[in-house]
Parts: sequence; C-alpha cells; structure tokens
Amino acid sequence: MVCAALLAPRRSVRSSDDVTKLIQTLLDGFAVGGLYALIALGYTMVYGILKFINFAHSDVFVLGAWISWVVTVRLLRLDALPADATPWWAAPVVILTAMVVCGLTGFIIERFAYRPLRNAPRLNVLITAIGVSLLLQNTGQLRVFFGPYPKAVPVLLPNQTVGSVAGVNLPAVDAIVIGVTILLMLALEALIFRTKLGRAMRAVSFNTQTAALMGIHVDRVISFTFVLGSALAAAAGFLFVMKYPAGLKQPADAAWVMLGLKAFVAAVVGGIGNVRGAMLGGILIGLLEFFGVAYLEPLYRDVYVFSLLILVLLFRPAGLLGRAVAEKV
Amino acid sequence: MSSTPHIAARAAPAAWTVLPRNVGPVVAGLGLALVLNFCVQPMSGAFATKVLLDIGINIILAVSLTLVNGFTGQFSIGHAGFMALGGYVGAAVMYYGSVQLYGGAQFHGGILSWTVSQGAFAGPTFGTGDVLFLVACVAAGLVAAVAGYIVGLPSLRLRGDYLAIVTLGFGEIVRVILQSSRPQLETAAEVAQASWPRLLTQLGGALGFTTPLFYTTLFWVYLFVAITLVVTYRIKRSSYGRAFLSIREDEVAAEAMGVSTTRFKVRAFVLAAFFAGVAGALYAHSIGGINAGELGFQKSFDVVIMVVLGGMGSISGSTVAAIILTILPEALRTVTAWVNQYLPAAYALPDLRMIIYSLALILMMILRPQGLFGLHEIWDLRPWRRRRAKATGGK
Repeated sequence: MVCAALLAPRRSVRSSDDVTKLIQTLLDGFAVGGLYALIALGYTMVYGILKFINFAHSDVFVLGAWISWVVTVRLLRLDALPADATPWWAAPVVILTAMVVCGLTGFIIERFAYRPLRNAPRLNVLITAIGVSLLLQNTGQLRVFFGPYPKAVPVLLPNQTVGSVAGVNLPAVDAIVIGVTILLMLALEALIFRTKLGRAMRAVSFNTQTAALMGIHVDRVISFTFVLGSALAAAAGFLFVMKYPAGLKQPADAAWVMLGLKAFVAAVVGGIGNVRGAMLGGILIGLLEFFGVAYLEPLYRDVYVFSLLILVLLFRPAGLLGRAVAEKV
Repeated sequence: MSSTPHIAARAAPAAWTVLPRNVGPVVAGLGLALVLNFCVQPMSGAFATKVLLDIGINIILAVSLTLVNGFTGQFSIGHAGFMALGGYVGAAVMYYGSVQLYGGAQFHGGILSWTVSQGAFAGPTFGTGDVLFLVACVAAGLVAAVAGYIVGLPSLRLRGDYLAIVTLGFGEIVRVILQSSRPQLETAAEVAQASWPRLLTQLGGALGFTTPLFYTTLFWVYLFVAITLVVTYRIKRSSYGRAFLSIREDEVAAEAMGVSTTRFKVRAFVLAAFFAGVAGALYAHSIGGINAGELGFQKSFDVVIMVVLGGMGSISGSTVAAIILTILPEALRTVTAWVNQYLPAAYALPDLRMIIYSLALILMMILRPQGLFGLHEIWDLRPWRRRRAKATGGK
C-alpha cells in the first residue's frame, strides 16, 4: 500500500498542491478502507456460515471504540497526561482489552439471540439482529455505561511523522492504522487457510450438514466465528478512534450505523462469504469514498458507495470475488 | 409448500356482487373516518390525536409493505425512501401550489382538513385547498410509484438478501439526494417566477421542507387507511394475489404455472411504493414539514418489523402490529414518567423504553417466529371455522 503512495508522484507532475491532495486522499482512503475491511470481515464470515446479515455487527464495532475510551480515560486515566508522555504499552493494552470484551459480547449475542433461531426463517434472524442492534445502542446510551454524549479520546500513538513522500508527511497514526490492519488480515488469512480450525470454518461455510457429519462441532465453530469477527471489529473501533480522536460519537448516533452499513457494502462488493473479497471491497470502498469527497461533490459521499453497490450487484451479483451459485430446483 | 388457504380456485363472481365488495368497505371506512374526526378528535387531547395520526400512517406503510414482503416474498428494507420521496413531493406541491394559487401559504381547506384543537372553524365544508391536498397526495403516490418501478427492476435479477441490500441502498440514496437539494423558496414573488420543474428541485436541503399547512386530519388519514386496506385485501383474494403468493411460495413453480414472475414482482413494488408515497404526504402535513434525515433506514426497519411481527402476508396482522408498535414506545414513556413521580430524583428510572422495545422484539422472534397471525387474517382464527376445517379434513 505504501508502494501505491510511492507511485503517485509519477502520475501527477503538476503543482505540489495536487500531489499533496492526491497522497493525502490515498492515505485516508487506505486507512479508512482498511477499517471498513476489518469490519466487513465480521459480516462476511457470519454470512458465509449462517447466511444472514448480522446488523448488530456495526454496534460491536462501536462497542470496541467506546471500550477503548473507557479503558484509556476511566481505568488508566491517561487523559490527564500530555500526548508525548503516554506510556508505550498503553495502545496495545487498550486494543487487546477492547478485542477481548467485544469477543465475549459477540459470543453472548450468538449464544442467546441467534442460536435459538438456528432453524428459523432467515427473515426472523434478521429482525432479531436488528433487535440486538437496537438493544446494544440503547444500553450503551445509559449513564451506567457510556452515556448519551459524544466524548474525546486522548491520543495514544506518537504524534510524529514516519517519513515523507514527495514533500507530504506521512503521519505515524495513518502508518500504524494501515500497518495493524495489514497485520490482522495476514493473521486471519493464516488462521483460515493454514489451521485446522480455519479448515473447520471453511467446511461449515461450504456445507453445514456435511461438516457436522464429518465430526465438526458446528456450534463451536459458529461461536468462534462470532468471537473472531467481533474481535476484529473491536480492533477497527480502536483504530478508528485513534485516527479520529474527536470522533467518538454517542453510541446510538446514526453516523455509526452508516459506517457499519458501508462496511457491509464492502463485504457485498467483494463477494459476501469471501474473506479476501471483504478485504478488497473495504479498500475499494474507502478509496472511492475519499476520492469522491476530494475530487467530486463531497455531499454525495454515501451516494458513491451505494451506487457502486447497486452497479456491482446488477452486473456481478455474487460480488467481485464471489462465485455465482446456480439455483437448483 | 405450506398451505395457503386462498389459492383454491373459485368461479368468477358476477359483476353486481363485485361492486359492493369493493365500494362497501370504503364507504364503511369513510364513515369510521368521519366518526374519528368529528367525535373522537374533539374529546381526545392533542397528544392522543397525534398518536392516532401516527397509527394511521404506520398502518398504511405496514400494509403496503406487506404487498412486497408478505405476499410476494421479496425482501424490501427501503420503504422509508418511498415515504420520504412522497412526503417531499406532497409538501412541495401543496406549499408551492398554495403560494401560486392564493399568493401565500394560508389555509384554504374545508372543515374536513381542519384540526379541531386549532379553534372554531368558519368556512366551507369543502374548500379548494382540499382539492389541492388530494392532488398533492396522489402526486406524491405517483412519483413514489415511478421510483418503485425503478427499484423493482433490479428485483428481476436479484434475490433475497441482495435485493434487500439494493433497496436499503436506494433508500439511502434518496435520502442523501433529498438532503442535498437546493434551499426552499420563501417569498411569493420567487415562487411565482419559478417553473414547476425548478420548484421540485428547491426542496430545502439538509434543513428539510417546512410547510405551515396542517391539512392532515384523522379523516384524511383513515380514509386512506380504508382505501389501502380494501385494495390490498381485494388483491389478496384475487388472481393477482394468488400470483403474488405463488411467487413467494416457489418462484420456479410459479413461472412453470404461467405466472410472469418479473411482471408481478415489479407490480408489487409499484403498488407498495404508491401507498408509501401517500403516507409520506400525509405525514408531512401532519407535522408541518418533512426532513429526509428522520426517514433513514431506521424508519424502514420499523416498518419491516411491523410486517414481520404481524405475520408475513397477514393484512390484519400488520395492521394490529402497526397499532401496537406505535403505542408501545409512547406507553412505556408514560409509564416511566409515572413511576418517576414517586421516586427520588437521584433514583429516577432512565429512559428504558427502547431497551424494552428491543428486548420484546428479540423475545417475540424467538418465541413466536411466525408473527402474531402467521399468514392468516384475524377472522380466519374464529374457533368455529377451525372446527369446520377439521371436520372436512383440513380443506
């Protein structure tokens, strides 16, 4: 991804302003696109196995962002420290706590809301997911938990530049966000394609009944999928508040749902059920959004994303990397 | 295939029996609407009237969505998009029309459009403003229907969840486009100079379209409720309805039996969108304006929840669900306020209504997955009918 940024000056040799804008847009697009991809992975893994849209997933992402705030401000009391005095271990501790708490939440949601509906019509599961989403949003709004007001998160990452490309400084935050995203994706890729558990996940996604006949504990695999997807969403939530420290909106804000929807669109564009497709779709959506805002009309940032979705669905209904499934009578 | 009680073939009814069946219920609904407007509204306070208006509008939305989600088995979660579109078109026609006809946005309706709480009414029984209001409602429905046709087209290619996502995307696109429209024209001189195509782009942008014309009364809302209910019920009992239901049950088999599935799917979308557009126009004139920001996917979800809770394909079920789900949050709010009266301020209950609402939704889906009535109507559940069905071996 840094390669793409390095290639940029060759294409645009006009004024330095143009180059700055282009590189900044690329950086933002990749960073936010990576976050979309991390959230999209949770959507796509759940869809691949259970064939339903887990609308509560975006709220797990929000939970991750808010847990990051709770740990930094309430537990570690890091908001009083100046940004350059932040201990180096703060960021890893916060992201790991968020991932553990969200993983647990994902497990509970699956166990108590979705598992009783394993054989119900898919529409019912979908409505339940909407119910869980509303429940998480409105519970988070309670004063006992996060409260109904937006908050600011102290900056935990070093406020430096890690280098410059064509006169544009690369902020460390963007580099870390992109780096951690790539790291998590590689880890997931290894988990799914190189381990026994990953093979079990793929088998369940391919054909649940046959997988059960082969001795795979299907319920356990599904639980694990939820934990995994929720942990990735929590990581995305932490990285999001690191990139936008002032952007921690109240738990039920519509902007969160829109973010989650775009991540879902990313999963569909890449081919839902396909892990690599979710990564590709996330990056594509991020780039499209930021290039649309920077070079076209900024008001229509959501329209670009949903137009891409409709175009992809019309001409490649299974998504960019998805396989078309023939209907059997 | 599950058994659908209405698919059984029946002889074509004589022409003289059809007319009372179609017009009779509408006349009855007209009477009910008049009673609500002139007997119930003066007695109930402004708050109860507002809840009754919301209930009526939600019934129109839920019952029209039943056409798509319930009968035809297509999954649309963009219904609020049609409502927003209709609301804006209705408000614009009404507001700019009033300014052009009367030189200002003043009330020119008859007694049917007069909200009693605004004071005593002195004027004609039926004013020119009422005609304009009806025109606005129908125009709102027609524009929404055209949008429904456009959204229905992808349903030829897409199934299930993919169609759901496209309808969701459509709803969002409509919202964003309406929110980025040009500012509303205020003065009569500006409106008089502008052409109608231009006026329809001046929709107020992010601020929403405000209109001081409160034409929506219980009478109009429940008149349209009656029309919606009769139209959908007659469709359900007709060969059209059986075609819709057959697509839901098994699309391939329906095609094999000669049902043009694509044509019927698009028809379901167009009809549902028309009524949603009318509901939008009624909504806009009940709260004095419309803002697309409030009509995002959350509103669409609300309507889908009503349909599923009522039972997929049950008209009376989605009506009952619309009534319950409109009252429930308000009732919970009232109960919380009542309990808090007796508690010290430090221990006051927080606003738990949305939490209870969402928990009720989850439990309902787990404990009664087919919704309140399943595919049946309320009157199908009469005990003697069930006994007779048992006696004749289920048919």
